[in-house]
Amino acid sequence: MQKSKKKLKTGADALLECIHKHGVKYIFGHPGGAAIPIFDALVGSPLKFILTRHEQGATHMADGVARATGRAGVVLVTSGPGATNTITGLITSQMDSTPMVVITGQTITPMLGLDAFQEADVSGISYPVVKHSYLVKNVHDIPRIVKEAFYLAESGRPGPVLIDIPKDIASTLFEPNYDVAMDLPGYHVPSHGDPVAISQAADYLNKARKPLLLIGHGTVIANAGPAVRYLAETMQIPVTNTLLGKGGFPETHALSLGMLGMHGTAYANKAVVGCDLIMSIGSRWDDRIVGRLKDFCPDAIKIHVDIDPAEMGKMVVPHCSIVGDARLVIEELNTQLKKGDTTDWIKQINRWKKQFPLSYKKHGGLKMQYILDELYQMTKGKAVITADVGQHQMWAAQFCKVDHRFHWITTGGAGTMGFGMPAAIGAQMARPDALVVAVVGDGGFQMTLSELATAAVNKVPIKVLIMNNRYLGMVRQWQNLFYDDRLSGVDLEGNPDFVKLAESYGIKGFRIKRNAEVHKVLAAALAYREGPCVIEAVVEKEDNVYPMIPAGAAISEMVLGPPKKKMAKPVGST
Amino acid sequence: MEKMEKNESHAISLLVSNKPGVLIRVALVFGRRGYNIDSLVVSPTHDPRFSRMTIVASGDLPTLWQIIKQLNKLVDVIHAHDHTGEIVVERELALIKVKCPADQRTEILQITEHFKGDTVDLTEDTIMIQVTGSSEMLDSMMVMLEKFSIIETVRSGKLIMARGHEST
Ligand SMILES: Cc1ncc(C[n+]2csc(CCOP(=O)(O)OP(=O)(O)O)c2C)c(N)n1
Ligand SMILES: [Mg+2]
Repeated sequence: MQKSKKKLKTGADALLECIHKHGVKYIFGHPGGAAIPIFDALVGSPLKFILTRHEQGATHMADGVARATGRAGVVLVTSGPGATNTITGLITSQMDSTPMVVITGQTITPMLGLDAFQEADVSGISYPVVKHSYLVKNVHDIPRIVKEAFYLAESGRPGPVLIDIPKDIASTLFEPNYDVAMDLPGYHVPSHGDPVAISQAADYLNKARKPLLLIGHGTVIANAGPAVRYLAETMQIPVTNTLLGKGGFPETHALSLGMLGMHGTAYANKAVVGCDLIMSIGSRWDDRIVGRLKDFCPDAIKIHVDIDPAEMGKMVVPHCSIVGDARLVIEELNTQLKKGDTTDWIKQINRWKKQFPLSYKKHGGLKMQYILDELYQMTKGKAVITADVGQHQMWAAQFCKVDHRFHWITTGGAGTMGFGMPAAIGAQMARPDALVVAVVGDGGFQMTLSELATAAVNKVPIKVLIMNNRYLGMVRQWQNLFYDDRLSGVDLEGNPDFVKLAESYGIKGFRIKRNAEVHKVLAAALAYREGPCVIEAVVEKEDNVYPMIPAGAAISEMVLGPPKKKMAKPVGST
Repeated sequence: MEKMEKNESHAISLLVSNKPGVLIRVALVFGRRGYNIDSLVVSPTHDPRFSRMTIVASGDLPTLWQIIKQLNKLVDVIHAHDHTGEIVVERELALIKVKCPADQRTEILQITEHFKGDTVDLTEDTIMIQVTGSSEMLDSMMVMLEKFSIIETVRSGKLIMARGHEST
């Protein structure tokens, strides 16, 4: 026998081994010619491959994994159209800072740039929508690149990383060295904040009479929740959260104001207008929450804690900025607190809460609000809820309070219709014991509905709650409010029978048509554990989400219900 | 009233990884904010792993600060720094080809000498001048040469280096 035969592997083998070593269980994707060597290596790999029906679905599933666990989800697709189909998922992940690693097959290196079959300049296309991307030119780089990719995706401000691997590189035999160092001289992860800035923040907080904490996705990502809670409770500071900040601070807590912003609670928005200090912890003062920038808290002290220096002064110019990990910064801050007196402020806030609660009509037609309220009462915050984009999403954010990290998954920055259901699949696979409910609109659901097959085949027991209002409801709402109800391109005529559709995939279907059925049907669906199920709720066609701050308006211009007079066209973005 | 936006020129120096695609990533940061790049020089450093970029761009200051932070965020950018207002050594090189019949030669050579330029090519009726100095000085020389019909010019773009022990 031959002595000391070297352990040769293909690039693809090494790639998968590195991914597996990182602790990944599932890879979501779709095959094709340029990726076949990698798919070949999957045979016999401990990684489980989940075949999705569309590459976009794969990215949202990986994103669901990321948002349910904090660890990167992984996608594997082929070159050209396979790769370009991941762009929507990449921007969705990038805008919300979620960790994801997308691997794309590529044409063989000698053909790069020669318009080879299914060639696309994928790393080039990816630049604006990723945290970083790689085109692998040398098989020996694979272990280092994979290591760097996961580190970049998961550390600091997380984000998607793309690795484009030419087919010949994936097929090359080599002797991999897994014990490689990363080479990232330009990448630094801030950790502890500047102590001077932290004591300045403590000073401001100790002096404030009407302080407010604004927590964003960064609080969730950094697991700063317990530290924020200590801060809020010790100082008696009310807390409001962004759409993605849900789960950073218990929304059932007496100090919680729930979500702020365009469709946030009236009391959260009133607190923003009335506060004398606002401290953002891991939020980027998105235009959905600050409204007209020049009128945003003009007299309040603004403190900004964020791990990304590029967020400082991007929107709001803070009095005090602290670049660092939200948990470490707040923990340090917590050592410098002197208890202030916020009694009057809290009283005022409690008056607002009584005066302007979230509400809806409990009689009459079937309302999404009622179904979501009921869903929340029945699951009491135990469920992991994913939401798509539109009216149902805003109502889910309003009525499904979230107390814990990783229990709320939605697309915020990109607002990608079609995200909700595949994200639920990913979340459920990553957390098999969780109760995962996808709240989706009839419009958005149809953008990625083919992934019902993925849920069915893998027996992923998600509950897909389709809010069927036969409209692209959120756009109809804008046309109704700001464009004289001139409806244009929003009628979803031709919707399928969603129950039959589910059944055609071998999925259990439920339907809710009347108020009286809501509890019973939800109970049956929640108890159903044999696989995925779909609940179609045939809701009122025309209803609008309130409160609402028109885009680009000042927060004080919030409307609480149907406006009496015609509203001006919004000047803000979308 | 319309907001007055002062478009200032800024010299930004970047130390970047010497890899394909870095230039595009850098250019995209400027392009996304509608910032115009006036000149750009990329060159190797004494360490083959890195390259140096010197970019002159004009636009409003807050946007520029944001752009520099975004540049620093790029994984391939080791650091990006605006040197405007700092005491740095600043140089640019220009090659200028001017129509130069024999009767104008003396005057053109006088101008060249004044700006400490060199004649690097001479024909019956053309002259090529090489000149090095601050970008402003090069501009002034161009003004002086304008009346002689300039055939073409190539400028290197601005190079800057911090003085003394400061790093660029
Ligand atoms: C991919 C994509 N296309 C278009 C939009 C714009 N958009 C935002 S909400 C919305 C309507 C969503 O309708 P539906 O899914 O039925 O939800 P509803 O608002 O009716 O609850 C549209 C078209 C988007 N966010 N994403
Ligand atoms: Mg709808």
